[in-house]
Amino acid sequence: MSLNLERNSKWMEGSGPQADIVISSRIRLARNLKGLPFPNLMNSDQQARVVSQVSGAIQAPMVFQAVGELKLQPLRALAPEERQILVEKHLISPDLAAAGGEKAVVLRDDEAVSIMVNEEDHLRLQCLLPAMMLHEAWRLADAADDALENELDFAFDQERGYLTACPTNVGTGLRASTMLHLPALVLTRQAGPVLSALTKVGVAVRGLYGEGTEAQGNIFQVSNQITLGRSEEEIINNLSAVTVRLADQEREARELLRKQSRWQLEDRVGRAYGVLTNARILSSQEALQLLSDVRLGAEMKIIRGLDQRLLNQLLVRIQPAFLQFSAGKEMTPQERDVYRAAMVRELLAG
Amino acid sequence: MLCERCQERPASVHVTRIINGDKTELYLCQECAREIQPQLNFSIPQFLAGLLDYDPELEVKAPPAAERCPECGLTYEQFHETGRLGCPECYHHLAPRLDPLIRRIQGSSQHRGKVPRRAGGDLRLRREIENLRARLQQLVQQEEFEKAAQVRDRIRDLEGRLGKGGSSQ
Repeated sequence: MSLNLERNSKWMEGSGPQADIVISSRIRLARNLKGLPFPNLMNSDQQARVVSQVSGAIQAPMVFQAVGELKLQPLRALAPEERQILVEKHLISPDLAAAGGEKAVVLRDDEAVSIMVNEEDHLRLQCLLPAMMLHEAWRLADAADDALENELDFAFDQERGYLTACPTNVGTGLRASTMLHLPALVLTRQAGPVLSALTKVGVAVRGLYGEGTEAQGNIFQVSNQITLGRSEEEIINNLSAVTVRLADQEREARELLRKQSRWQLEDRVGRAYGVLTNARILSSQEALQLLSDVRLGAEMKIIRGLDQRLLNQLLVRIQPAFLQFSAGKEMTPQERDVYRAAMVRELLAG
Repeated sequence: MLCERCQERPASVHVTRIINGDKTELYLCQECAREIQPQLNFSIPQFLAGLLDYDPELEVKAPPAAERCPECGLTYEQFHETGRLGCPECYHHLAPRLDPLIRRIQGSSQHRGKVPRRAGGDLRLRREIENLRARLQQLVQQEEFEKAAQVRDRIRDLEGRLGKGGSSQ
């Protein structure tokens, strides 16, 4: 299979409910096969068996009916840079990209449905949609899970639910998350207190690339912490409520900025746009910050005619592996910064 | 480009380090990135597994270390180190020490979510019956007797299938 690494993912579409703040919605289900050790204890024969079982299951008519055509890509067949692109597109974890052995990723053409095979669990089914579409993502994941369960024997216990390698995922195996752009909360210094309050209601907060990363470009990910003792609907409703509340809070902060410091705000947005469309050297750090300012301007209609979809694509296209891939060569960080600036100029010029 | 650390292998990982507020960016190869990982990474599973150490009650009650899952051979001590279980059977065999930990991190020990059609056995049926009973009550309160009768028949039908390992349609 030839994988089109440069194609755009469904989540980048930038339209849907709350799209002015919520970038994407994700549902992840952890599933394991009965009668096999978890991936960390599997030998390569056992790992290969899981890959081949999953490969068979995704061909089943029921799976096709539920979610359409899925294709399996063994990770061994991809170069490290190519795997890194999948990480940058939020399709696989950094751990899976770095691991050796028999690992694979299953992808639907629009990348809204994917499965990591032999990551921490045998299967990590993921549905990733644009904007605030957690319930839609859950329906998709639920249907895919039902269809896969028809083909595969999942490890399940009546008391403890779906059994996972780490007890932090046991039960529903569900991690629901949304990615939000919260620049006004950061500018008005409310982000810290607001986000730390979330941990009290069982919601975890992370940066752009998940666990252990910082919130670059004012982008935050929120997700449920608890997976056992609540139904999927309860977990998703809770996270939806938190997401909508956060978006409201961000909107209030934006209005406050508009009222109290309109010229500073518009100046900031205008300068960011000026730099992005004229700079000759751009680090990824600087680009993410400027893109956040420009995105805020677009979302608040200070800048018109800027497509949300383009801004989402840029989030991924300025990342190091993606840049090198589209340049078709390895580059030093300095070369990359020059190439990044050129690419951003070109894309923003339309 | 070459890895900034070993200057031998090609760099493929971008690492941002923040130490006392000072930010450094490194371009490393996979190997070097993995080697410097321990300084950068805080493992949540490990931290959670470590929580057990601080429970005096459990320390006394828990039998000595030699528990082992007969299925995959994982010992509780190994779980303690990595935060990862060895196989689905570990949940059963290591339950005396594992269950208190699960209750602590999850705040619950009873799954209330989705039940798989095949592996779930009767549980899926029982869940459905529970839901229908709640619905029945609602309908009776709303005096929707015709619909209530339909729901009652459906409940009887499902109850008839209990114990026969039947899946719901």
